[in-house]
Amino acid sequence: MSETAPISIRRGAAGEAPHTQTYAVPWREGMSVLDAVLWIRTHVDSSLAVRYSCTNANACKECVVSVDGETAYACTARLPLRGVTVAPLPNKPLLRDLVTDIVPPKERLAARQP
Amino acid sequence: MIEIETDVLVVGAGGAGMYAGVAAAREGARVLLADKSMVGRGGATIMAQMTVAAALGEQGPDDWTRHLADTLEAGRGLVDERLAALLCEGAVERIRELDEWKVGWARDADGRMRQVTAPGHGAPRCVYVDFLNTGPAVAQCLRRQSARTPGITKASGLSVTDLVTNDGVIAGAVGFRLEDGAAVAVAARAVVLATGGLTRLYRRNSASANMTGEGYALALRAGAELIDMEFPQFFPIGHLAPRLVGMDPIMWDPFRYKLGGRLLNAAGEEFVHRYGGEDEGRYVTTRDVISYAITKEVEAGRATEGGGVYLSFEHLGEGELREAFGPVVDRLAANGIDLTRRPIEVSPIAHYHMGGVRVDAEMSTGVPGLYAAGEAVGGASGANRLSGNAIPEALVFGETAGRHAARSAGKAGRSAWSQEAARPHLGRLAANGGRREASGGRRTAGAAGSRPVAGAALGELRAELADLMWEDVGVLRTGAGLASALDRIRALRLRLEVTPVPGEGPYPLARQDWFDLRGGLMAAESIALAALRRTESRGAHQREDYPDTDPGQARSQRVRLDPDGRLACEWMPPCPSPG
Ligand SMILES: Cc1cc2nc3c(=O)[nH]c(=O)nc-3n(C[C@H](O)[C@H](O)[C@H](O)COP(=O)(O)OP(=O)(O)OC[C@H]3O[C@@H](n4cnc5c(N)ncnc54)[C@H](O)[C@@H]3O)c2cc1C
Ligand code: FES
Repeated sequence: MSETAPISIRRGAAGEAPHTQTYAVPWREGMSVLDAVLWIRTHVDSSLAVRYSCTNANACKECVVSVDGETAYACTARLPLRGVTVAPLPNKPLLRDLVTDIVPPKERLAARQP
Repeated sequence: MIEIETDVLVVGAGGAGMYAGVAAAREGARVLLADKSMVGRGGATIMAQMTVAAALGEQGPDDWTRHLADTLEAGRGLVDERLAALLCEGAVERIRELDEWKVGWARDADGRMRQVTAPGHGAPRCVYVDFLNTGPAVAQCLRRQSARTPGITKASGLSVTDLVTNDGVIAGAVGFRLEDGAAVAVAARAVVLATGGLTRLYRRNSASANMTGEGYALALRAGAELIDMEFPQFFPIGHLAPRLVGMDPIMWDPFRYKLGGRLLNAAGEEFVHRYGGEDEGRYVTTRDVISYAITKEVEAGRATEGGGVYLSFEHLGEGELREAFGPVVDRLAANGIDLTRRPIEVSPIAHYHMGGVRVDAEMSTGVPGLYAAGEAVGGASGANRLSGNAIPEALVFGETAGRHAARSAGKAGRSAWSQEAARPHLGRLAANGGRREASGGRRTAGAAGSRPVAGAALGELRAELADLMWEDVGVLRTGAGLASALDRIRALRLRLEVTPVPGEGPYPLARQDWFDLRGGLMAAESIALAALRRTESRGAHQREDYPDTDPGQARSQRVRLDPDGRLACEWMPPCPSPG
């Protein structure tokens, strides 16, 4: 019998009214918020958008989100059994769900090459 | 649709892609450096924590020919000697160039680069950046260098979904921009595939999200061949338990280089010697033997609770640990781990791919204008890679591919781009998505416009693939398991074909999943196909039904995609030697 933890995620794209969805995620001691988000993408709803690459190493630094109002890496923030609320970074332009635009301006693909 | 024109398109911006970009731009080419994640961040390069092999001779006599001899020996008779020679000789120059670019290789008190002897190497040969910072330092250095080099345009968040060829000549690529889902067409005179590996296909892996094997399928569909696909490498001592966050699962390797450590089964006995290795607190046995030993020990019912074996540093003192690993000891403490008091549990995990795109010594795939570099390339490691050889492979092959791609682009005159040739690929990215992958290209009813497919169809498909790869195409294989895996992979491919391509819109991650799976299933099928045909055990390919090495199979196999959409696999002549 595994316990579940509630995780509330703010969803929606730029220009849409955001809504919060809560999921019950099977809980394991020590699991990360990213573990929970990926569990949801695999088992419940693959349309949930999140930016991440390295998953474990905390090397890529792509997974910054807001966890209970604090800026955090989703892959190192722990999911407590009581659950958390996850939202996109408030100070960056929203793309969709948990993804904000953190790409440096010089790495953006412009419509045409200069 | 976004339309772009460039001389050289580099697909994938890890170590190989960034070096290729710099080398191509140094030749005067205009370069588009694209990554579906972020430039320099999305792949394996930034995750590498350990060492980089190059016969610099800073800590005692060494020579690249000795590095080559060790590489050949580790590769169990399958190494393409031309590629390995290029890697070993070129590594010296590339490591020194990165030093000039201030990567920060660790140095001793006399100012010489530190070099350690990693398993399988016959000399202190492996440089690193402290503490466990090799990959981030290399990635950052190359990001800086590619920003400084005129002629490079970076594109983070450009996912390449198909290469475009025209009459068998490379013409560019199509894909989509993650930021808004917009379709992108890139006309290019030459393309370098630097898309990295495929270990995310396995349930237990050390991979980033982007290492799904898409590049291998891009190459096959463009007419290139793959070799040695049956040889993914399993890293023997991946972290299993307790749950660690913020640390890579392969982190125990550097601990073993510096401090030894003992591998023990659940009964607390050493066991590696039972399988032809030697361990006893030192770290000299190659990866394939350790992976085999652990898997056998687990099978024999001597597994730990988490399903692996113990790795113990309990004989060490806090002082020794701290001197060797400084701040890492605190990160472990934050995870509740005190190595002086308890062992951790480890198990083999999929870590690297020896196989890949078949290239010549200029990194040309044989498709005019199409080059490949880095982990995406096969041949330099044969059946088993020496530790520390993958970063040099990315750097050396990246530089070589970029240079030759730029020259080929220079000769090509105009791009072979044709709207006609690009159309079928772009159709899949059209605003209402949902075109079937099947050759008929029928529209799937109910394709959900700009709404990504709801539910978890893609997630379940991916999880099934990862499970079957782990169980039946993993560390220990059998003919029956491989044949059944092949059937199931083909069935999954059919299931994907009837799953609509999720629609566009900002950050369409589900659409990315769909393309990752399309490529990954083709890569997985290539592995299973080649593994089923190789009726022997050699290096990372271990068959329970054929436990011995067969000298008659000291040859590589190649895989190509036939016009009817089937993968064909065949034996090649014995590996060519240089000169
Ligand atoms: C955890 C870990 C530790 C390692 N440690 C070491 C070590 O200590 N020493 C060593 O020698 N080797 C090590 N390796 C292996 C080594 O890091 C890799 O083999 C090497 O970095 C590969 O470099 P690359 O440039 O070929 O690929 P990557 O660095 O993986 O880059 C590939 C890039 O291509 C992008 N991409 C893929 N497909 C597409 C597409 N369709 N469109 C756009 N972009 C795409 C990906 O997003 C990614 O950014 C390690 C690997 C891992 C995973
Ligand atoms: S996923 Fe890479 S830092 Fe979090």
